[in-house]
Amino acid sequence: MKLIIAAIKPFKLEEVREALTGLGVRGMMVTEIKGFGSQSGHTEIYRGAEYAVNFVPKVKLEIVVADAMAEQVVETIAKTAKTDKIGDGKIFTLDVDSALRVRTGETNDDAL
Amino acid sequence: MKLMKTLPLTATAALLPTLAVAQDAGVDASSDSIFIFNSLLFLIGGFLVFWMAAGFAMLEAGLVRSKNVTMQLTKNISLFSLAAVAYYLIGYNLMYPLGNWSIGADETGGYLGAFGPALLEAVGVGRDAADDYGYASTGSDFFFQLMFCATTASIVSGTLAERIKLWPFLIFVIILTAFIYPIQASWKWGGGFLDSQFGFLDFAGSTVVHSVGGWAALAGAIILGARKGKYVDGKVVPMMGSNLALATLGTFILWLGWFGFNGGSQLAMGTVGDVADVSRIFANTNTAAAGGAIAALILTQVMYGKVDLTMVLNGALAGLVSITAEPLTPSLGAATLIGAVGGVIVVFGVPFLDKLKIDDVVGAIPVHLFAGIWGTLAVLLTNGDATFMGQLLPIIIVGVFVFVVSLVIWVILNGVMGIRVDEEAEVNGLDTSELGMEAYPEFSKG
Repeated sequence: MKLIIAAIKPFKLEEVREALTGLGVRGMMVTEIKGFGSQSGHTEIYRGAEYAVNFVPKVKLEIVVADAMAEQVVETIAKTAKTDKIGDGKIFTLDVDSALRVRTGETNDDAL
Repeated sequence: MKLMKTLPLTATAALLPTLAVAQDAGVDASSDSIFIFNSLLFLIGGFLVFWMAAGFAMLEAGLVRSKNVTMQLTKNISLFSLAAVAYYLIGYNLMYPLGNWSIGADETGGYLGAFGPALLEAVGVGRDAADDYGYASTGSDFFFQLMFCATTASIVSGTLAERIKLWPFLIFVIILTAFIYPIQASWKWGGGFLDSQFGFLDFAGSTVVHSVGGWAALAGAIILGARKGKYVDGKVVPMMGSNLALATLGTFILWLGWFGFNGGSQLAMGTVGDVADVSRIFANTNTAAAGGAIAALILTQVMYGKVDLTMVLNGALAGLVSITAEPLTPSLGAATLIGAVGGVIVVFGVPFLDKLKIDDVVGAIPVHLFAGIWGTLAVLLTNGDATFMGQLLPIIIVGVFVFVVSLVIWVILNGVMGIRVDEEAEVNGLDTSELGMEAYPEFSKG
């Protein structure tokens, strides 16, 4: 199993969710986050005074899928979340040791 | 009962060709109606200006951070109430001595008005017993003028927000509304020396009300110092307002109240000419606010690449202040432009004050002082009776008087009791540290 962590632009969340459920992904964890990457924030002006917005709002997806599906999921997120402008986000893939469905006690791929 | 009494009288007058009686009744009715309409203008104007207190409260509640909202609201309702009592006990007769000057005289110039509490006419007063039957009721005049006095105090609270202690601020408000405002207002509106000797023109108070509030606020801001963290390493750190919906509502409320502020300052509504003038004033006041808002709207877009709502709100208010010294004589076009200049003044005035490290939380100094000076000078553009020195010297005289006296009082208050909360209280917010009560408790950290 793989854990896929993706930080994407908030307005792309719904589109990505649709694309992933279309792929057969049956669950995901979503968190509203702030952060910075290469975009490294931007500046705004309030009452004539400039200030830096160092952390930009993003949405973090955490998705655990079977090994066979991982690549497809990453590709789909990348394709759907892409706007070709800076700040589109990043995707990380990690190995997962185990999974357990609390209600039934099913484990690993069966629990996903 | 009154109708029953007058019916037979008019019937007799109609039946008998006694011209004299009919004429007398006509004169009474017409002079009655002048008295009634003049008083009515004061009452309507007065409660509209009263509503400006709500406007200031909402504007300030919206532009301070959420940890200081309860304190700002507390200051606003307290200052209004204290102003009402101070003006009744001392201010009213100090401002309107009716010739009984303590220092000076109507002819040579009055400098200090009369001392004594305001007195109303008796209950059910008739024509003969009215203080000024040819004009308006004393109660309506007192009520109207009181609201202007309270407005001056409202201006101060916004500038000094988020770091001043409650009680020193309220003590200053009492001194401002009992003495500082009424004394300088008597110089113009009480028939004092600025009116009789300088020919100073200030219709509804660009200088007498707005600049005065601005000068007092400026003195306070200098003694009080900037909020912690506002100016760091030569940079201005923005401190965002907590609720721009409230700030916008407050601005619209002020805009509404201003119709009473300027319209009521026609001071008469008993003739066709007066009503037509009040109507002109309403229209000019409105368009000046629009001009100020539009100027700020366009200017912030051009200068910053994005519109700054708080500046547009300030721009509308600056437009209103700008037209206040002369809302009658300008054409609609001239009034719009006079207001627009006010909007421009604000967009440059806010960062200018920041450069000087004078921390004005809501922009009251650019809006009320800078635009107030501009508005007082703008009288020259449309009113042929105004003279340059007749406008400029009173601006300086009133400015020096209010600024110096305010400065001295702030220094004394600071020395005696300290006007600023300690650092921890400021960081935690005045709501919890000074009042133990939050405006938005459900959003607090716990």
